[in-house]
Amino acid sequence: MEILDQGQGALFSNPDPDEARAYFRKKNRKMVNKVTTLKKAIKKYVQDGDYLGSGGFGANRTPIAACHEIVRQHKKHLAFAGHTATHDMQILSAGEVYDRLDAAYVVGLEARGLSSCSRRYLESGKVKVTEWTNYALALRMKAAAMAVPYMPVRIMMGTDTFKYSGAIVTECPFTGKKTVLLPALYIDVGIIHVHEADVYGNCRFKGISVADLDLAGASKKLIITTERIVDHDVIRNDPSSTRIPYYMVDAVCEVPFGGFPGTMPYEYFSDEDHLKEWLVADKDPKVFAEFIQRNIYDCEDHFDYINRNGGLKRLQELRSKELLLPEEG
Amino acid sequence: MTEYNDMELMISVAARELEDGATVGVGTGAPCAAAMLAQKTNSPNLVILFEAGGLKPELPEMPISVGDSRTFYRAAMAGSMCDAMEACSKGFVDYTFLGGAQIDMYGNLNSTVIGDQNKPKVRFPGSGGANDFGSLCWRMMVLTPQNSHRFVEKLDFLTTPGWLEGGDSREKSGLPLGAGPYKIITNMAVMDFEPESKRMRVISTHPGFSFAAAQENCGFELLQLPKMADTQPPTNEELRVLREEVDPYRYVIGR
Repeated sequence: MEILDQGQGALFSNPDPDEARAYFRKKNRKMVNKVTTLKKAIKKYVQDGDYLGSGGFGANRTPIAACHEIVRQHKKHLAFAGHTATHDMQILSAGEVYDRLDAAYVVGLEARGLSSCSRRYLESGKVKVTEWTNYALALRMKAAAMAVPYMPVRIMMGTDTFKYSGAIVTECPFTGKKTVLLPALYIDVGIIHVHEADVYGNCRFKGISVADLDLAGASKKLIITTERIVDHDVIRNDPSSTRIPYYMVDAVCEVPFGGFPGTMPYEYFSDEDHLKEWLVADKDPKVFAEFIQRNIYDCEDHFDYINRNGGLKRLQELRSKELLLPEEG
Repeated sequence: MTEYNDMELMISVAARELEDGATVGVGTGAPCAAAMLAQKTNSPNLVILFEAGGLKPELPEMPISVGDSRTFYRAAMAGSMCDAMEACSKGFVDYTFLGGAQIDMYGNLNSTVIGDQNKPKVRFPGSGGANDFGSLCWRMMVLTPQNSHRFVEKLDFLTTPGWLEGGDSREKSGLPLGAGPYKIITNMAVMDFEPESKRMRVISTHPGFSFAAAQENCGFELLQLPKMADTQPPTNEELRVLREEVDPYRYVIGR
């Protein structure tokens, strides 16, 4: 196949499907109890140098508690899939835990503004950045989940997004049309926050799936944080609701409100006041260092963090907001 | 006539472009307000689609995020990013609204960096879903205030394709045929693209603005239709719906 054009961006993960198959061949298929604490799961499964992917979209059903724990444990030299990465990226940038980045959506918190800390970190030149698009990263993970080496698409042509990506333009052997090939993206460790999981790792979640099923399939190691652990019968009685099957999963951590201060659909809305505090604090490195000390390093766990920021009362308000409940009649 | 601000004018003009039964891929902010206004006025059957997977929601209020719960409230489907983008790729999606830090005369957009890509002077979010929408949706529109820092001769980084280098360059690039930039709606004028050269062309100016004012606030030479129109200002009904139903807290129109 003739290469007509090639992006100059680095690949941070090997797209070889046989290497992946050899790994998955050895992965345990036994349905065993995988419940552990978040602290232990991050310690065991997130190794320095790993390629990390986090689920959800922006600050929606995002594994925020896990991102805090990664920073708390001072993980280093990770690569990160910057796929709709907003508050998760802000946290990981605060800890400077990654130094390679596949950038599709980074730095911003959508309509809320840009994170100064994420910006400073990327503008420092300490991070190697390859450009992609949101769809491109979703499809790269889908290619990995399918264990095919690449995915053909019709995006990115003629742009600098392509030029600084790791994609290729070739001529389609069937139609003769120019086609962009996206290399499969295997994730060393994926983390996804869900509504319910059983102890074996069968997962259910509600609302949009974003790219999480592709992320789950592309992940060599997969950590699940869940609002609730449910009885195995809940899964068996309604198997069509299972979104992620147990055999992909390595660890199940029950972390209620694990997406706070982001939104968890049908459970709690994002805490916009607290996200604003983050955005204000991260403008000044000195103020932000104290903010991170107080909200991450000094916290024992996610409960501690929530209690420092409004606790149960605040969660109740966010629940009312999420459910669009009327105020006093 | 009721007083209105720039944002209310731009949103009203944009909403009129969305005909009944069309599909539109939107983000948060002004584009979402335009789509909601269209739905409540001229386009009750407008299909709104969010890249995170919310397909045809009944938006109860302005979403904060492209993936928050509002984007799939009473939706036809809470799907995936691939569901949304596959619809675009197959030609199901008529319109999209995009933006950026810079735009050039062919409607190409920069939302990635100012300066060097690996050690940028300023880092922005990057493509997100913009390059995907801009590559795949039939008609791309931009809603933005204009000045010569934003409307530039040369982009620092071409994130999302417009008509690339003009002429037939987009067609030759391999991007889907027949799709591309359609209208640019600023605080001063409405532009389209001259069919041969694919250069930006003023087709109407807003009340109080001349072609000269639009040109003065643009870093490249604008073309103009021989007979430019006057933009119709927002109607009282458009303003009422926008203020009372679409954006009562003035998140967008208060900017």
